[in-house]
Amino acid sequence: MNAEAAPLEVIRQHLIDPEICIRCNTCEETCPVDAITHDARNYVVDAAKCNGCNACISPCPTGSIDNWRQVAKARAYTLDEQFGWDTLPVQADLGSGSAQAIPQDIARITAAASEGQGGVAAAPWSAAHPYVNLHTLANPAVATVSGNFALTAPGASSDIRHIVLDFGATAFPVLEGQTIGIIPPGADASGRPHHVRLYSVASPREGERPGYNNVALTVKRVTVDHAGQPARGVASNYLCDLAKGDSVSVVGPFGTSFLMPNHPGSSLLMICTGTGSAPMRAMTERRRRIARNENGELEGGKLMLFFGARAAEELPYFGPLMKLQKDFIDINFAFSRTPGEPRCYVQDLIRRRSDDVARLLQDEQCFIYVCGLKDMEEGVADAFRDICREHGMDWEALLPGLRGKGRYHLETY
Amino acid sequence: MSNIDYSERIPNNVDLASDRTLQRALEQWQPNYLRWWSDMGPDGAQDFDVYLRTATSVEPGGWAHFGHVKMPDYRWGIFLAPPEAGRKIHFGEHMGEPAWQDVPGEHRANLRRIIVTQGDTEPASVEQQRHLGLTCPSQYDLRNLFQVNVEEGRHLWAMVYLLHRYFGRDGREEAEELLQRRSGDTDNPRILGAFNEKTPDWLAFYMFTYFTDRDGKFQLCALAESSFDPLARTTKFMLTEEAHHMFVGESGVARVLVRTCEVMQRLGTDDPARIRAEGAIDLPTIQRYLNFHFSVTVDLFGADQSSNAATFYNAGLKGRFEEGKRADDHRLRDVHYGILEAVDGHLVQRDVPMQNALNEVLRDDYIKDSVSGIGRWNKVMEKAGIAFRLTVPHKAFNRKIGTLASTRVSPDGRVVGEAEWAAHEHEWLATPADRAFVASLMGRVVEPGKFANWIAPPAMGINKQPVDFQYVRFN
Repeated sequence: MNAEAAPLEVIRQHLIDPEICIRCNTCEETCPVDAITHDARNYVVDAAKCNGCNACISPCPTGSIDNWRQVAKARAYTLDEQFGWDTLPVQADLGSGSAQAIPQDIARITAAASEGQGGVAAAPWSAAHPYVNLHTLANPAVATVSGNFALTAPGASSDIRHIVLDFGATAFPVLEGQTIGIIPPGADASGRPHHVRLYSVASPREGERPGYNNVALTVKRVTVDHAGQPARGVASNYLCDLAKGDSVSVVGPFGTSFLMPNHPGSSLLMICTGTGSAPMRAMTERRRRIARNENGELEGGKLMLFFGARAAEELPYFGPLMKLQKDFIDINFAFSRTPGEPRCYVQDLIRRRSDDVARLLQDEQCFIYVCGLKDMEEGVADAFRDICREHGMDWEALLPGLRGKGRYHLETY
Repeated sequence: MSNIDYSERIPNNVDLASDRTLQRALEQWQPNYLRWWSDMGPDGAQDFDVYLRTATSVEPGGWAHFGHVKMPDYRWGIFLAPPEAGRKIHFGEHMGEPAWQDVPGEHRANLRRIIVTQGDTEPASVEQQRHLGLTCPSQYDLRNLFQVNVEEGRHLWAMVYLLHRYFGRDGREEAEELLQRRSGDTDNPRILGAFNEKTPDWLAFYMFTYFTDRDGKFQLCALAESSFDPLARTTKFMLTEEAHHMFVGESGVARVLVRTCEVMQRLGTDDPARIRAEGAIDLPTIQRYLNFHFSVTVDLFGADQSSNAATFYNAGLKGRFEEGKRADDHRLRDVHYGILEAVDGHLVQRDVPMQNALNEVLRDDYIKDSVSGIGRWNKVMEKAGIAFRLTVPHKAFNRKIGTLASTRVSPDGRVVGEAEWAAHEHEWLATPADRAFVASLMGRVVEPGKFANWIAPPAMGINKQPVDFQYVRFN
């Protein structure tokens, strides 16, 4: 790994097709953030201002407005470049098989997931080069279920499963932190095919079982919605009910940002709740298996994990985690519903470990990952803010640097 | 209130239910409108289910809902763009004062005249286009024609609402008369010349939507600057719809050009006779159509010097195109503007007070906008490696209104005598023979995905539907 090979920060740039546009000004008039402008020749979109809100899409009489190109953020088409166009440029090959644009649904889900950190962050400089979008909605890969195991105890209030999918002879290379899309079969009540659902892989790059072409997912059966009302999650129930030997349509992989560093001495600070543990498990497994490189050096540095769940019985991978050596990973469990004990959340434990966390925040070799329900975002940020204050730092001032260096990654849903 | 209430007889976002008198007056006008639509709207199409765009709110996300609708059941209604809090008058004598929510007595007659003139063009174009459905080149084009028609109908509603709401009995009478006049009728014609011309074939229709609907855009833009806030908000929303009409024109002519260029390349010729024999429209004929529609449309901006235009501007009734984006004093007291005159057989520019030349200012802005689209049409020939380029005729060419009306001017801007005009008119303007040839190509093509021989398919369908989508169900 070297700096040149570091993955680029890729954005989905909104562009207007100059061959179809009739320069009617409707989009410029509609845009709520003034991202659209024009000269005598073309109407163009400022990538630095466009927030992808899509307000301009339906009023456009021509359809020319709905064009998107995946580009490296640093090389987004400038206004001057766009002013000079007679035709749209073709999608450039960004390498790593990303010639096709990321499907709109997936871009939307990904954008929402990284909202809490202010948009997609740079990947760590030593991250391996990810492959993305090798299998599209039009051409999904078909995987075979090779295992479906309960991670939660039989009497627990939730059903979380560890599902292993085997790709056989189909290439489906993933990195820890990447997601894959599952297409539930059938159609919804109005006859439309179901939307694709994204799941973080829970296994490391070389497979759930080393040397096999398989990946693991951590899936919680959804029986209530965010508001607590009964709701049956289409994809999660489909996945949780799969039996060994069943076939599953899979798209992806996706994700070029939430990736782990690979250089010796790099530490991981991991904070998760529930099935947000999937990428943490993948990264931990990666480090556990290749703890030492061929020179006998530890590939990575320190691992510190904050993991929250309602109770120990509902904490996925509780058993295996407990077996890990204390000098390999520093684990902190927070249980919010243990009878007879006060409720404890991840942010409480982060505060309790204030000195250690402060040291990691300042350590240029430490990379931070947060994954779980949307609710945890604020609590974790508050804890970081307090710790910074205690140690003479300013969280708001620190954050842009962390993001820019690919040291802070947040994925919430 | 931005959502449109479709449960009412007249869908609206102006809280019509709170003004019973107004609501009743409009409900009385409604059957007359529907009668006019069934008499003068699209010929023989009343039973078709057409894939139309209907507004459900004036917010960006809400006003383009697509679905199959029977045209007589289309929900014509009254929609104003959302109000802008604390809006101020931004040009003319009243600059800086709050925008008017009602009509000031002294401007009543002029505002009524502006609204009636704009309103009259809307049903006029529906009348001009009423037989085109019988010769459509594809389902896609048929659908576009009907979309244009229903939206022109809605624009009439928009103007009638203002007349009923703000102009009392006079307004109601004007609203009735908007349904009485007929395009091309010798006894009771529409107000403006271009709206009494025929739109006999689809090439004329595309030229009309490109050039004449663009005049609509510029007039609406000028009215969207008005100090009379309800007029500004009404025209602002109309502009969003108007854009589709210009799209139909621009893409329509471009598709005709694509087809002609294909035939020229295949035959390796630019001989009009051979191109016509292949059933395509030769480029010189397209240029002559263009010359006609352009010159007829630039007349719509009115006389080059007009004291009415000065009054409208000073009073704050009608601004310039993009008034709000201009960096001058917005009063134009000591500013001059060049207009053209014929002196001793030559066209010369003379500076006159800009206030009196505001028709010319709007006309010149319009011409600039038209020219850029023609540049895009020329890209079709450029791509095909064909040397022919379409050009805009001189603005003094073939004028019937203003100081140049009595002067013969060639498309390249030379003052010519009657003899030269007569000798070349057939090269400059579409002739009866040209029109007869184009008419001969107009067969009806309605099988989904099929297109008449003289026009290429569009680059993409409507609302991301495929080009061979069933845009019209004939039942």
